[in-house]
Amino acid sequence: MLVPQFKSGTIMDIVHTPSQKTTHSSSRLKVEVVGNGQKMMQEQKGQESEATIPGSSRPKIDVQQMNFFYGSNQALFKVNLTIPENRVTAFIGPSGCGKSTLLRCVNRLNDLVLGSRVEGKILIDGQDIYRPEVDITDLRTRVGMVFQKVNPFPKSIYQNVAYGPMLQKISSRSALDEIVEKSLQGAGLWEEVKDRLHASALGISGGQQQRLCIARALAVNPDILLMDEPCSALDPISTGKIEELLHSLKEQLTIVIVTHNMQQAARVSDYTGFFLLGELIEYDDTKKIFTNPGDRRTEDYVTGRFG
Amino acid sequence: MQAVSLKKFFDSGTLFVWMCGAGLALSLLMIGGLLALIFINGMGYFWPKDLVQFTLHDGSYVLGEVTGHEVIHDSVNADSPEGKGRIQLKVGNRDLYGLDFRWIDESHIQAQSTPTDVVFLERREWGNFYGRPHRVMQGDSVVASGHQEATTALFPLIDRANEIHEDIHYLERSVIGDINHEIEAQRLSLRALELEGRANQSEVATREQEVAVLQSRYEAEADKLRVLYTQLEEYSVVLEDVNGTTKELAVGQIIRMLQPNAMGVGEKVWAYLGNVWTVLSEEPREANTEGGIFPAIFGTVLMVLIMSIAVVPFGVLAAVYLKEYATQGALVRIVRIAVNNLAGVPSIVFGVFGLGFFVYAVGGSIDALFFPEALPNPTFGTGGMLWASLTLALMTVPVVIVATEEGLSAVPREYREGSLALGATKLESLLRVVIPCAMPGILTGLILAISRATGEVAPLMLTGVVKLAPSMPLDGTFPFLHLDRKFMHLGFHIYDVGFQSPNVEAAKPMVYVTTLILVGVVIILNLAAISIRNRMRRKYAGSTI
Repeated sequence: MLVPQFKSGTIMDIVHTPSQKTTHSSSRLKVEVVGNGQKMMQEQKGQESEATIPGSSRPKIDVQQMNFFYGSNQALFKVNLTIPENRVTAFIGPSGCGKSTLLRCVNRLNDLVLGSRVEGKILIDGQDIYRPEVDITDLRTRVGMVFQKVNPFPKSIYQNVAYGPMLQKISSRSALDEIVEKSLQGAGLWEEVKDRLHASALGISGGQQQRLCIARALAVNPDILLMDEPCSALDPISTGKIEELLHSLKEQLTIVIVTHNMQQAARVSDYTGFFLLGELIEYDDTKKIFTNPGDRRTEDYVTGRFG
Repeated sequence: MQAVSLKKFFDSGTLFVWMCGAGLALSLLMIGGLLALIFINGMGYFWPKDLVQFTLHDGSYVLGEVTGHEVIHDSVNADSPEGKGRIQLKVGNRDLYGLDFRWIDESHIQAQSTPTDVVFLERREWGNFYGRPHRVMQGDSVVASGHQEATTALFPLIDRANEIHEDIHYLERSVIGDINHEIEAQRLSLRALELEGRANQSEVATREQEVAVLQSRYEAEADKLRVLYTQLEEYSVVLEDVNGTTKELAVGQIIRMLQPNAMGVGEKVWAYLGNVWTVLSEEPREANTEGGIFPAIFGTVLMVLIMSIAVVPFGVLAAVYLKEYATQGALVRIVRIAVNNLAGVPSIVFGVFGLGFFVYAVGGSIDALFFPEALPNPTFGTGGMLWASLTLALMTVPVVIVATEEGLSAVPREYREGSLALGATKLESLLRVVIPCAMPGILTGLILAISRATGEVAPLMLTGVVKLAPSMPLDGTFPFLHLDRKFMHLGFHIYDVGFQSPNVEAAKPMVYVTTLILVGVVIILNLAAISIRNRMRRKYAGSTI
């Protein structure tokens, strides 16, 4: 009864179509930080031509039979889903449906919650991240996260972006400078802040702060970026900028975004999962979810009949 | 109708607001009144008052500073509802009169005047002298006679005597002090060798030789000192009080001479500033009732600084563990309650603990281990700067713990998660984001701790404060900072001068001055901490652009 009703065929398609970028991700991880910055630039340039070509992809994140409990309160019920590499996957659903919980399971940020408990598996590149020998800090550098509440640290713009690399003991000034520049460019913020890198990050606008958070996440060179309602506190123009950013970023990253804004999900995502009361109701191609959903509850939600 | 509007008045909360306002106003009034009282009395002490000469009906004269006025209680009756007044005079000349202060009934006064030729002499003993110099003597020969001439001749002699005193002070404190220190060091090293059983003939001989050399150096310096002391006796002055009683005094006994009645406002202001500087910079004289209170100011500030250095790491570590690492459960709740209660324990209890634990147990062990040669004289096994500071740190650590915990709770969860999501460990998040953001809270704790510790006296009396410290805890002798030394403290100074002094009336102004300076020290220390905190707040709470 709790089995999520997603079209297995679609998932199988995603999983089994030959990937053009299978080696990309793993090789990218090994590239030197500085070298990668340049590579990122090249990819951004090349990306515009490729962006519209619907590529297929190998699975990046595989959630298997996931149950999650806050104490005695179960928040996720046997969730199964596969998130493809280099795509944007959106989670939609009413508040309290478990979409953020699932997102925070992917970088194990839920470990912090007292009395929380996980059953099932999450595989990233085929490796279960809940194995005891997994180094959580390693995992979190591979899985970046952008939060609903814009949270730049009360430090300078530069120090915010350099925070992650400095944790990895990169202390050479020139290397840090380069990472900061590339990351800010990757987040589309460089032009706006390049003259005041050492000013407080709290002094720039909300939209800029959120892009700074994205830059900060990019600086540690992740292959997955989790976004928990990243635009809910932003005005439409800032939101538009971040949505554009997602299009360019997905060339190098696998993006999972939780959003309450259905237009946003429709605009930015390739795949969409609909959650309700801790269950994954339907998971499919975004176009299909919004035009021809397979489940009555999905249809009700996306057409605004409840939610 | 009336009832309805009255009910409305109550319901609107206007009455409540007024009561709150009145409560606040009353509190501010009391604090303001207290500070004003201390300020006026304290600052008034420095002003060179006019010397008033009263002629009494019996033909005698009285000269002094007017220090008070009151209505004689018994004189108030139906005939004279105003009652009769009396005036309190500081007449000085303790050696002649026995008492510094005298009450004079207003009804006994025939006339009053402020003669310009009277002088005020500040002496090294017997308090102030009020009167006129009669003649100045060099040995048995008269150098100058007559009030005016004697006064004029006296000024340069006093300056010379003060220079000699400075030389004496330097010789006694620095030169002879150092020699004594070295002799003591030789004695201790010899004793240490004896204790270890390695005191052979040659070692003993070397040291005895060293001591003999030092001893001869000491003799030479002591001769110089004797010469200086005879120089002080060279000139003397015959003083005459207002009734013609004379008194001979060596000029070396005089610190300062003023003619307050002849001084203009500018000169008085100058003398006023000089008095302020004297109190701030000099050492006390005459059972602390005269001179300055510099050692007490220095001791207070140094103790508070050492306490701060001890209390902040302690309190922050404890709070971080309680808040961030300990499993939140019954045990942590009990610990937290205990910590809060610790803040309410009477300070003398901490004093007793400091004496038993720090002084006797820890200090005694340190002496036995590291300073056995000095025993039975204790080094750390007696009250001192270190133990007093640590006792106060222990007393104030709950305040820092509570404030730090509050500060940590106020750090947004998003900062922690943001940091962790970038691959930081918990420790890295704490050190790089959370604790810097909690710094304003930590500093608030420090401010409260400083305020409490600066004014605390009771525990210090058991752990190292003294009425008069022979040497400062910080000086030019290696290792410069002597944490084992006893020290003076403003709070204790107030108690000592105000209540333990042989001459309470004469010490009263000193009590106010010391109180004023204690309040000033608290305010300055707090302002320093507050300005650091505000800078942190600006840094962590908003735009700097």
